[in-house]
Amino acid sequence: MISFQPTDEQQMMADTLRDFARSRLQPAAHSADEQRRLDADTLATADEFAVVAANIPEEYGGFGDGYSALTGVLIAEALAEGDLSAALHLLAPAGVAAALIAAGSEAQKIAWLSRFANEGYFASSALIEPQWNYDPLALQTVARREGDEYVISGTKSLVIMPQQDVEEHDLLLFAHDEAAGMTQAFIVDTAREGVTIGTRERGMGLRALDYRRITFNEVRLPIGAKLGEAAGCDVQRLLNHARVGAAAMATGVARASYEFAQSYAKEREAFGKPVAQFQSIAFMLAEMRIAVESMRLLTWEAAWQLDQGQEATQSAVIAKQYADEYALQVADRAVQVLGGHGYIRNYLVERGLRDARAFAVLQGIGAI
Amino acid sequence: MIDFSKPKPILMQEQLLDGIAKQIMRPISRKYDDAEVSHERPWEYINAIWQGMQMMGFSGLTGPDEGEKKDRDPQRPPIANQMLMHVIERLSYGDAGIYLSTPGGALGGAAVAAAGTKEQKRRFLARFNDGAPKWGAMAMTEPHAGSDTAAIRTRATLSEDGKEWILNGEKIFVTGGLMAAQDSDGFVVVWATVDPTLGRAGMKPFVVEANTPGMTVTKLEKKLGIRASDTAAINFADCRIPFDNVLGDPELATPDAIRNKASKQGFKGAMATFDATRPAVAASAIGIGNAALEFVEDWLAKQGVEIRYGAPYQQQSAIERDLIRMAGELKAAWLLTLKAAWLMDQGQPNTLEASMCKVKAGEAVTWVTQKAVEIMGPEGYSTEHLVEKWMRDAKINDIYEGTGQINRMIVARNILGYRSSELR
Repeated sequence: MISFQPTDEQQMMADTLRDFARSRLQPAAHSADEQRRLDADTLATADEFAVVAANIPEEYGGFGDGYSALTGVLIAEALAEGDLSAALHLLAPAGVAAALIAAGSEAQKIAWLSRFANEGYFASSALIEPQWNYDPLALQTVARREGDEYVISGTKSLVIMPQQDVEEHDLLLFAHDEAAGMTQAFIVDTAREGVTIGTRERGMGLRALDYRRITFNEVRLPIGAKLGEAAGCDVQRLLNHARVGAAAMATGVARASYEFAQSYAKEREAFGKPVAQFQSIAFMLAEMRIAVESMRLLTWEAAWQLDQGQEATQSAVIAKQYADEYALQVADRAVQVLGGHGYIRNYLVERGLRDARAFAVLQGIGAI
Repeated sequence: MIDFSKPKPILMQEQLLDGIAKQIMRPISRKYDDAEVSHERPWEYINAIWQGMQMMGFSGLTGPDEGEKKDRDPQRPPIANQMLMHVIERLSYGDAGIYLSTPGGALGGAAVAAAGTKEQKRRFLARFNDGAPKWGAMAMTEPHAGSDTAAIRTRATLSEDGKEWILNGEKIFVTGGLMAAQDSDGFVVVWATVDPTLGRAGMKPFVVEANTPGMTVTKLEKKLGIRASDTAAINFADCRIPFDNVLGDPELATPDAIRNKASKQGFKGAMATFDATRPAVAASAIGIGNAALEFVEDWLAKQGVEIRYGAPYQQQSAIERDLIRMAGELKAAWLLTLKAAWLMDQGQPNTLEASMCKVKAGEAVTWVTQKAVEIMGPEGYSTEHLVEKWMRDAKINDIYEGTGQINRMIVARNILGYRSSELR
């Protein structure tokens, strides 16, 4: 039966997080962007929402009913509306946990999922590679089987790093599994020998996010480190989760810019009336609203297909590419509505445009 | 819970209509696109769908009627409007011009359903369920007033004995007007003002039965697309209709009643109609777009061009990007449309959503079909295929039931909380 109504629980969670995003993340975002560092107090508050543990089933140390892509996209949109850098940082461990829940073996779930509740634990994905022909299904990072070990070599970029001292930082590393002849995922502790963490990468946006290039030089892993162990994992499915997650964040970023521009246009006057009363502005705002709603619905549908266990690649790709394009368009229109003020690095919409640009170019950041 | 699974009745209906679209509509698409001058009716389709509708007790494209509501199992959520969107999408996927010849009340029926009393719904809508095929139509636009609906001049005056309304005026661009006013026992819903000094409040919808003396079809337009459907100019000269043919309570429709109550029911009635018909137009647009996209994909596949979903941007071909974008635009429009219909089924207001899906679908499908012609090059331009026709058919959806601009205005007023006097 067709319905566009989230469950009460989902709605409550989305409302709570959105409230947090608007009251805490948004006000902190400007200075985080300037200082290239997320605000520690805000992050600590965010931890109280336990967005990671909420996905982890009780038998593995969490308090959720298991991972739902739909719940995931509602959370991602809400947080990204506050600050994309913060959302990516906060959701990086959630992505790894989701992959473990979806594709991990029983032993892996038992071994890893309980760690996510620890304050000193951080996890993030390493998917993107720094070459022009980067393709998640034809990676140049290679996992070679040697006896009871995998030996991994290659370079990853845009790996999200913890911003507080942690005892352990694990990566969900995607590499070409030579024996399997396809991309597979591996759980790697960044403290392992052969893992070299580079200096921070810097971009036009996502400036508060610490993301780095990491090289893997003959890193040796036990065979139990391969996600799903002998069975492996369905990488396309994990990528689809990543796609809908990114599309949801793009929706959140676009929504923040749209709503800011909308309220600004009602207050700012020109020629004796609010600029929102001019058709040229009003039409832009109408189109932005339609774009945001479209992005959201495409994302919901793809996430729903994933939760149903359906083949969702086409829907997820459509949702992602649609969101990539329209997030940028909405962010640009928001700057335009503010005119000169939109260009000043103080208003949310200026950062919105820099952040929105990330979606189409950083394919796979914060994977899953 | 958010859910996109189609209920079984919709799936079954969709399957049936898919067959009609492919086997009955497509083979005669070109014939009736060319038959604009002769105004021959697509009886192959009309007879087939009419038979099907009677077998299934399907009441055409008017939307849910009272009977349907009564029979419904209260445990199951209502789906009539969602069903309607799927029906219209599939029939328009067959042929959007021919779809407009589907027997039923069409926009006229929708106006009755939205603004009529229970008695009026029975009196006017029951006819569409049996007997010979009949059509309804709605006459709003006038030569000097299209989008500016409040500026219409057609007058409705009360007869001296107060038992009749007398209509005088000129209506144009009445979709299916010939079928409704002259060629079947249908009716035309005519928007007229009972007193021009009352502005929008004075505007009321009147039901004029087919072949009522004083109502004359004066012209049939030649158009860019949807040529299988007639678009009529209708003249009203001292056209007399019963007092209770004004939709809603007739006692509230007189100038005195309107003045005393300062009621804006009249114009609101028109707006309520649009809440139902705009998603329907969007669904029709999407049907055309889906036809074009599917055709281009098949055409490319035959030449060995495969669309890879999921290839990184820098490795996608221009054609792949175009096709993924076309699919995205259509799907976005469809989900917006479905949401607008779902809200209606829930009994919730949907004015904003109805206009949003109309804006999106009108624009998306105009673009998608133009892109389809472009991708196929000379083959797309050729009348050998239907893609060029779909491009011509698509454009109307960005125009009728409120142009893209009017609907943007409605979206803007809604999201900004402005009245029409504040944003015009």
